[in-house]
Amino acid sequence: MMLSSLRTELAPALRLLLVLTLLTGLAYPLAVTGLAQALFPYQANGSLIVHDGKVLGSRLIGQPFRDPRYFWSRPSATASAPYNGLASGGSNLGPTNPALRTAVVRRIAALRAADPGNAALVPVDLVTASASGLDPDISPAGAAYQAARVARARGLPLARVQALIDASTRNRQLGVLGEPRVNVLELNLRLDGRWLTSH
Amino acid sequence: MTANDTLQLALYLAVLLALVKPLGAYMSLAFAEQPNALTRFGAPIERALYRLGGVRIDEEMDWRRYAVALLAFNLAGLVLLYLLQRAQGILPLNPAHLPGVRADTAFNTAVSFVSNTNWQSYAGETTMSYLTDLLGLTVQNFLSAATGIAVLLAVIRGFRRRSAATIGNVWVDLTRATLYVLLPMSLLLALVLTSQGVIQNLHANLRIPLLQAPAAVSAPATQVLPMGPVASQEAIKQLGTNGGGFFNANSAHPFENPTPLSNFLEMLAILLIPAALCWTFGEMVGDRRQGWALLAAMLVIFVPLALGCIAAEQAGNPALHGLGIDQHASALQAGGNMEGKETRFGIANSALWATATTAASNGSVNAMHDSFTPLGGLVPLVLMQLGEVIFGGVGSGLYGMLAFAVVAVFIAGLMVGRTPEYLGKKIEAYEMKMASLVVLIPCALVVVGTAVAVLLPAGLAGLGNPGAHGFSEILYAFSSTANNNGSAFAGLSVNTPFYNYTLGVVMYLARYLLIVGMLAIAGALAAKKHVPESAGTLPTHTPLFVVLLVSTVLVVGALTFLPALALGPIAEFLSSVAH
Repeated sequence: MMLSSLRTELAPALRLLLVLTLLTGLAYPLAVTGLAQALFPYQANGSLIVHDGKVLGSRLIGQPFRDPRYFWSRPSATASAPYNGLASGGSNLGPTNPALRTAVVRRIAALRAADPGNAALVPVDLVTASASGLDPDISPAGAAYQAARVARARGLPLARVQALIDASTRNRQLGVLGEPRVNVLELNLRLDGRWLTSH
Repeated sequence: MTANDTLQLALYLAVLLALVKPLGAYMSLAFAEQPNALTRFGAPIERALYRLGGVRIDEEMDWRRYAVALLAFNLAGLVLLYLLQRAQGILPLNPAHLPGVRADTAFNTAVSFVSNTNWQSYAGETTMSYLTDLLGLTVQNFLSAATGIAVLLAVIRGFRRRSAATIGNVWVDLTRATLYVLLPMSLLLALVLTSQGVIQNLHANLRIPLLQAPAAVSAPATQVLPMGPVASQEAIKQLGTNGGGFFNANSAHPFENPTPLSNFLEMLAILLIPAALCWTFGEMVGDRRQGWALLAAMLVIFVPLALGCIAAEQAGNPALHGLGIDQHASALQAGGNMEGKETRFGIANSALWATATTAASNGSVNAMHDSFTPLGGLVPLVLMQLGEVIFGGVGSGLYGMLAFAVVAVFIAGLMVGRTPEYLGKKIEAYEMKMASLVVLIPCALVVVGTAVAVLLPAGLAGLGNPGAHGFSEILYAFSSTANNNGSAFAGLSVNTPFYNYTLGVVMYLARYLLIVGMLAIAGALAAKKHVPESAGTLPTHTPLFVVLLVSTVLVVGALTFLPALALGPIAEFLSSVAH
């Protein structure tokens, strides 16, 4: 009896499904796309940083840096290469997994090797992999830790580097939400003189 | 915990509670049986949809027909989504030329999205074409949430109606939930999210050169920026307690969740409709205090767990002590356990999200739960195991909580030796049997599923972490799918035929056995007469009842899961402090 009534209900079920599919799967997303492209084209297309007609990156997607002349982004656990834009994700290492401790020790050693005189404690975000593997930001502590190294490597006064950090820092949104952060790609582009204020 | 951690939690709760009444009142208009300004305004669109859909709305359905029609609607959605994934390779809107999805993955994903679980064994950016995202996944984000609301409305009618044979018309309920609630809210949220940087386009992925070419020759000197219609899916993913990410990293991905404000709104969207439905429920059963009592019970469990999760994560990871790392919160950093967390969200927003997403059966993440501290990770695990009734899924959380309320009044009835009543209806053996099944089926699926998986080589093959944490990964997977949550301890590799099929079946049973059970209760209640309140009636809007309800939820959860939790997160916690 259940089966035969299932057959009776399937026809209207399928037809209503198709109608609602057109409404929610076609009309709705296309309306959002149209409005988003009209109202917020920069954001809807990926907050791209364009310089001399070339796309240098996205303000929202981090890039890997290893040169002492650049500020380093957070460690990234994305598959096959760090900051792989097609493989977002974290390490998923548990807190007690020995592999996590090993990775952290290696990252500390790399930071210390690039900056031998620096005896300060390493801010935790600089040695832990982000959730997305694409985190565009480091903490202001993470930037302060690296400032002297970058200034030395570039032959710049520390105050100048500090000023560029400040310019790349976002405070808590509306004064409350989230955490203060420094956009690493923006900061490094400023150091290279390739950042336009219009970005 | 820092002062700002507390402030962000307080702000979140304040905004959420402030919206309960306005949205609850709006929804009670949208679902009212009598025509009102809203439904009169939408009537022409409604009529057009019904005509195109070829459904008859003038006939009322008894609970069996309602259930069969709803199952047929969901089954049709499941089959369509499966076929769409399999065929996407030869269909348009696939700029990355992704092939058809493997059979076991497509089955798992189809069940997952139709059942409002949104467990994902695949990585979105390299698996699903834009067409599948739009016509398949986005659609089921809406319709699975609408299904939850429809069942809730049927249960509410069970309490409202007297000596009635029917519990409503499922086509009307599905359409109204979509048209009046989910669609306009999603449109609004999607646009606000875009303003923050969530992408919304149909472009192909963009390859760009890296600013600094990597040292290793083998590493690519370019980066691929993924594109796609993200915001439209993101909005309903959050509002419909779905949780399936456009990208693998879900709401940790900067293109899904770019700023603290987008994070606040997405987090608000997780609990918004489930919380407001409590008010709608009170209004529709004719006593708003009943809705507030259920909401109070949810908050009594939610708030301490949120505080506990934030505190555990803010305390940092003891395994990293002594390495020369600064894990303390300061003006310059969030500090704490930052593995698997994003800088812009820090500790408070990651832990609060984890609590909200598992209190509701949302399952989206903005931080990787697998890397949480043992006690921080215990919170999402426990919240799922409590049966997804602390807010829970859209519609399904409240009907699940009503099953617990039935059990609670029954227990109270046993204590004082009276026939239990709830909202003017006698609770008798049949309702009690069904409510017990609704409460116990997910528990059984978790415990049995986990036991089977840890006994089989195929179950152990995918572990991402050794020891007690590895056990937690499997326990988490079954807790998540058997309660239609969808979040994961993602170190476990689940894109295997074993996990795709077992977890797929678990998700299906958890969703539809419970729906049939609740509709049976609705049908039985609707057929009953109204019992006037008497001196022997247990009032169900009082703090006493809230305590009774909370205790019922906690006792069932604790009795079922304490042994398993002891083997997983509790063992890991004890071993981590022993070092």
